[in-house]
Amino acid sequence: MSDTAKPKPAAASRANTKKELPEHLKAYKHVWVMVELERGVVHPVSWELMGEGRKLADQLKVDLAAVVLGPPGGTEAAVTDAFGYGADVCYLVENNSLADYRNEPYTAAMTELVNTYKPEILLLGATNLGRDLAGSVATTLLTGLTADCTELAVDAEGSLAATRPTFGGSLLCTIFTLNYRPQMATMRPRVAPMPLYRAGRSGRIQRHEVSLPEESIVTKLIDFLPDGTTGKANLPYADIVVSGGLGMQTAENYQLVRDLAAVLGAEWGGSRPLVQKGWITSDRQIGQTGKTIRPRLYIAAGISGAIQHRVGVEGADLIVAINTDKNAPIFDFAHVGIVADAMKVLPALTEAFRKRLAPAAMRPAAE
Amino acid sequence: MHIVVCIKQVPDSAQIRVHPVTNTIMRQGVPTIINPYDLFSLEEALRLRDRNGGEVTCVTMGPPMAESALRKCMTYGADRAVLLTDRFFAGADTLATTYALAHLVTKVTEHWGAPDIVFCGKQTIDGDTAQVGPGIAKRLGLLQLTYVQKIEHCDLAAREIVVHRRAEGGIQVLKAKLPCLVTMLEGTNDMRRGTMEDAFRAARAEIVTWSAAQAQIPDLAFCGLKGSPTIVKKVFAPPPRAEKAFQIGVEGKTAGDISETLVAEIFKRQPGLEQDLTKSAGADF
Ligand SMILES: Cc1cc2nc3c(=O)[nH]c(=O)nc-3n(C[C@H](O)[C@H](O)[C@H](O)COP(=O)(O)OP(=O)(O)OC[C@H]3O[C@@H](n4cnc5c(N)ncnc54)[C@H](O)[C@@H]3O)c2cc1C
Repeated sequence: MSDTAKPKPAAASRANTKKELPEHLKAYKHVWVMVELERGVVHPVSWELMGEGRKLADQLKVDLAAVVLGPPGGTEAAVTDAFGYGADVCYLVENNSLADYRNEPYTAAMTELVNTYKPEILLLGATNLGRDLAGSVATTLLTGLTADCTELAVDAEGSLAATRPTFGGSLLCTIFTLNYRPQMATMRPRVAPMPLYRAGRSGRIQRHEVSLPEESIVTKLIDFLPDGTTGKANLPYADIVVSGGLGMQTAENYQLVRDLAAVLGAEWGGSRPLVQKGWITSDRQIGQTGKTIRPRLYIAAGISGAIQHRVGVEGADLIVAINTDKNAPIFDFAHVGIVADAMKVLPALTEAFRKRLAPAAMRPAAE
Repeated sequence: MHIVVCIKQVPDSAQIRVHPVTNTIMRQGVPTIINPYDLFSLEEALRLRDRNGGEVTCVTMGPPMAESALRKCMTYGADRAVLLTDRFFAGADTLATTYALAHLVTKVTEHWGAPDIVFCGKQTIDGDTAQVGPGIAKRLGLLQLTYVQKIEHCDLAAREIVVHRRAEGGIQVLKAKLPCLVTMLEGTNDMRRGTMEDAFRAARAEIVTWSAAQAQIPDLAFCGLKGSPTIVKKVFAPPPRAEKAFQIGVEGKTAGDISETLVAEIFKRQPGLEQDLTKSAGADF
């Protein structure tokens, strides 16, 4: 619903009239990353952001801080890991009302921290939790928020330059929050790589008490229904992903993608039209409006390589494309290409992997 | 029961073309649609109304042509539609958008009563920020329930609502109070076709159209480009990758030959992968 991403000549001219930061905003310093701790588990996107935040903080010569919100006694591992992934400081709020994510207490705690310690940059994951919280916090603070960034940098004047796709992903735009603080941005899981973990690294813990009496919170969590572990797609964090596009032609042919995935212990997914046709579920859609993936190997069969698909797979170490059209755009960003019929190559490839990966004892003697 | 649904008219971006030379958007003739995510919220609103009685008011902020999107909502069965349109709103980012929309809901309240629920789409397909719903909620002081998969019950007398909300690793079952703001997850329902009666009614209906002054938006400095803390400095095409894919020759080869060459090529480039795969394959046997 936002027009944030719309390029306008008027906007550009306003950027050029940037004035010096108002005096009361100069107190805002340091880069913060919100650590998403849910049910004892930190979402890896928080560590990915820690890696990005570290670069920004180093450039600005300021501290990188982690914000950890959780129940008393339930935050220790998250704090240790935050330091391991690069935080200098950890702002810690422990409160029974923060045991499960709820918008009201989390917004209250986060805004109070920001108003007390004044960060210049605040980063959150573009997850359901991060998006739910970021909008409330930014509106409470009346500051700017750039959602779903693909790149974060600092310009010569020390402002956050947040780049994100615009116009359905066909173009990118760089957005600034001038004259407001903090500068807020969200980034999707797997857009940034996981930073190195340094065990034993530590930093300063700044505890903060926030009054969040349970009686004052309207929303109550009355149950949590965990997802079954079987059949649940987790494409963003898969090592290998095999996918198909409209070039697979029929839902039956799509089974060839799953056969190859099975041999490789891989996740399977596809382009958006396959979701629209009902061949795959939406949690398996890869691309700008689906999942961003970063596997070691990505095999795409019968996918043309539209820009909206490309932005979701560019983080893969090795991209292999199978397409009958030698001019398909996917060959512009794949590393290895095969111009051939996917219906012929996929079964043969499945067989070739099966042979190669069978333990020596299982191979025919001739090999 | 009064339900307000915020919708947005968006370009059918599947049909947006970028000029190959100038890299500018070629908007001419691009058809518009109701943001697809909004339809899941609209359908949910209509179902609640059908069950509990009452009215559904659809609202939008946009150019005059957004009227057609609102009229479409009425063909689905919405009871009334309100368009907020003014040049002051042009260039709004999320914060400025929520300022205008929150005041629009306030104005709608004055005319037709306070909403029990305000619905928004989960996100739009053009802006894609998912921030407008939470922003409106905050400005109106409403509780927000985002990424809702199911409204389990909604008790008007007790002013109580129970929803299933998609979270990491599972579903939160949340109990909250009315009034609140809800965004529905995609795929949670199917938009109805709308009756012939609705179609006729929609064709004749007057879409309430307000300017900023008519809607009594208190301070135009918080609207549009002027009221937006974020600014777009640069728009550019993604840089192309330096080299094209290395092509595995297919001329005169069988699918089996090609596949073996490909497997070798993959493992040459990702030697660690072969080790890991062989290990796990071994474990399975
Ligand atoms: C706002 C917006 C968001 C979008 N988000 C996404 C997204 O998140 N993810 C996404 O994927 N798309 C997304 N899209 C859609 C995207 O623009 C493309 O339309 C889509 O990716 C195309 O899917 P495809 O490659 O499967 O189909 P096509 O473009 O139709 O390509 C099919 C390909 O298969 C090849 N082929 C045909 N027969 C064979 C065969 N026998 N063997 C091998 N190859 C064959 C053809 O040469 C062709 O290249 C989005 C679009 C918009 C506007």
